[in-house]
Amino acid sequence: MGRRKVTDDKSAKPIRGPGRKSKKQGEPTFPKELAQTEPTDKRKVSSRGKQRARKRLEKDKLKQTINKNTKLKTATKRQSDGESNDEEQINGYTDENQQWLKPKKKKELFDDDDEQNEESMDEDVPYDDQFNEMESSSEEEDNDNDEPKLDIEKQSKKIREKQRQAKERSEQELLTNIQQHEKVQFPSGQEVTKEAPQADLQLLMHRIREVINVLNDFKNKREANRSRKEYLDLLRQDLCNYYSYNEFLMNKILDLFPLAEVIDFLEANEVQRPVTIRTNTLKTRRRDLAQALINRGVNVDPLDKWTKVGLVIYNSQVPIGATPEYLCGHYMLQGASSFLPCMALAPQPNERVLDMCAAPGGKATYIGALMRNSGILVANDANKDRARAIIANTHRLGLTNTIVTNLDGRHFSEHMGGFDRCLVDAPCSGAGVIAKDQAVKSSKDEKDIQRCFTAQRQILLNAIDSINENSTTGGYIVYSTCSILVEENEAVVQYALNNRPVKIVETGLEFGVEGFTNFKGTSFHPFMKYCRRYYPHLHNLDGFFVAKLKKYSTKQGNKKESETIEKEKKKAEEEEEEDDSPEAMADD
Amino acid sequence: MRPLTDDETKILFEKLSKYIGDNIRMLLERPDGLYTFRLHRERVYYCSEAIIKYASNFPRKELLSFGTCFGRFTKTRKFRLHITALDFVAPYAKFKVWLKPNAEQQFLYGHNVVKTGLGRITENTPKYNGVIVYTMNDVPLGFGVAAKSTIECRAADPMALVVFHQADVGEFLRNEDALT
Repeated sequence: MGRRKVTDDKSAKPIRGPGRKSKKQGEPTFPKELAQTEPTDKRKVSSRGKQRARKRLEKDKLKQTINKNTKLKTATKRQSDGESNDEEQINGYTDENQQWLKPKKKKELFDDDDEQNEESMDEDVPYDDQFNEMESSSEEEDNDNDEPKLDIEKQSKKIREKQRQAKERSEQELLTNIQQHEKVQFPSGQEVTKEAPQADLQLLMHRIREVINVLNDFKNKREANRSRKEYLDLLRQDLCNYYSYNEFLMNKILDLFPLAEVIDFLEANEVQRPVTIRTNTLKTRRRDLAQALINRGVNVDPLDKWTKVGLVIYNSQVPIGATPEYLCGHYMLQGASSFLPCMALAPQPNERVLDMCAAPGGKATYIGALMRNSGILVANDANKDRARAIIANTHRLGLTNTIVTNLDGRHFSEHMGGFDRCLVDAPCSGAGVIAKDQAVKSSKDEKDIQRCFTAQRQILLNAIDSINENSTTGGYIVYSTCSILVEENEAVVQYALNNRPVKIVETGLEFGVEGFTNFKGTSFHPFMKYCRRYYPHLHNLDGFFVAKLKKYSTKQGNKKESETIEKEKKKAEEEEEEDDSPEAMADD
Repeated sequence: MRPLTDDETKILFEKLSKYIGDNIRMLLERPDGLYTFRLHRERVYYCSEAIIKYASNFPRKELLSFGTCFGRFTKTRKFRLHITALDFVAPYAKFKVWLKPNAEQQFLYGHNVVKTGLGRITENTPKYNGVIVYTMNDVPLGFGVAAKSTIECRAADPMALVVFHQADVGEFLRNEDALT
């Protein structure tokens, strides 16, 4: 739109024809004299003009001698102020009020003119009177060149030198400031208490990165008087503030991961995992389901190569938990991580399988589907309200071989035994699913964890008791939690190894991080490496732990061990008496 | 848990026969094992003998469900068929109704079916007989009662009700707690 751009290109076609554009007036052309920007021609000066110039010179010299003293004064004052003003700025002003009266941007305006004036002065050709001020200033400089030995000149040189030094010093100071900023600044004790909550997040992140940087190359980058502990404390404090964790959980996380991974893990906890669904193979096939969902305006894709039933949902125009396909039981909304324990359990048709902590039935229905609706599946959950969800889900997904019970997992084997396989997806602190429930960050403490792992130990032992070790096809127990803490995972499995005739076997899952065989001075069974851990930042799954055990004998463990069990039971009972508040445990 | 009494069996079978007619026999005489009905806490469950034996070992109070729940007896000893029975009722259905896609959602929210939403209907459906409701691609959605016979439907006003709603799969979400 608008006018055509005027180009200097001569090859451009001139506009012709009868139209309006051809009649348009062209660009204006200027005569040569006007086009020249700089007036290079010398003007002739009249004799009167010469006289005036001579007079002006004399006048200025007189002025100079008068101003000597005043100028010195102002210069010294300026130095004491420590401001680095340019010479030219004050040149035009020689009177007393110079210290507060300052030219406003005059320098920029007249920079070019000054040079011109100098030239003209050399030629001794003055301009009009209105340039008087300027001429006087430039004249001074000229005079400087002519007579370098004047003592005013010496003094001004000294002043200039001093100013230069001051400038250098200030620059150095600036540099050192920057360097200090890159070093870690430890907050003073008061600061810690005062500024912690409202600390600037960006600064905090900056400091976190620097501390990690230092800790990664501690020998070279540390400050001499700071110990590693001080750095770690600072880091922990900052991470707690930045991601709003409590100190207890942050300690656990720092213990679990190398420093490089900690930030990744914490960041991964801030974002949600993708929504995934599991195809109900009893009613449909994955391809058909995907097609049906795409027709409803859902953007789906196969989940990963390790599962044949998972679909991941990118976005959807309809609520994914209320489509007719969902209601007809063609799929189950389920996190990808909860496929894993069922795959590890690998239930066979016509087996008796127990899901100890089944609600809301995601894993149980997967087990039922893997058994192809044969055999017997017992889905148990201690919470009656949550157990109702199992009933609805098993019916919706068309499972007919399921018995839903509402027994306490810690005493299940008193009622029923002889199972071929058992899945123990124990209630846990939920430290692996922080993305799902941010409350975990700050609500858990030592006591909660202790309560969790006591219950987990009891449930796992009970599950082992309810297994038939002579089963021809099975005798397996899969223990899983949605926590990443060692106390709730490896330690519990180790406890089961100590107290029951079980051994760790491979889970059959081809990916995942191996379980810890050593952790903070406690060593676990070397086969603990067969356990699998999953982390949000590595696998884009919820934090998860899967261990598979096989029972090989009926004996209940030796006497010494059974004593420890008794002790444990007593301890647990005491604990329960201590606080009767309902346990707020996160459960998948 | 106990077997149904004769009265209860009669009430149940009368109800079921409205939907599947004589096919009740198909439910009881299955080639893959012995399947029976059991009453547990006023609810009727249908499952294999093996599972019944196994389930009977659990304490009565803690046993919540086994096999498939067909429905429950009301306090006035009438039988209410639940949506959970759909898997067993739908394959043997005598009279069927197919819904147009835009009427599906309405039905799944618990509304009756008007004639504009009716895609297809089995020939010779008598008035007030039980029908199974399907989508146009043969996915069962629930069941209801024919408000008009097939012939009456043809002549009916576009906004007239043709199927009364009884149960639909939306209940899995709407009243999960009341299902069993």
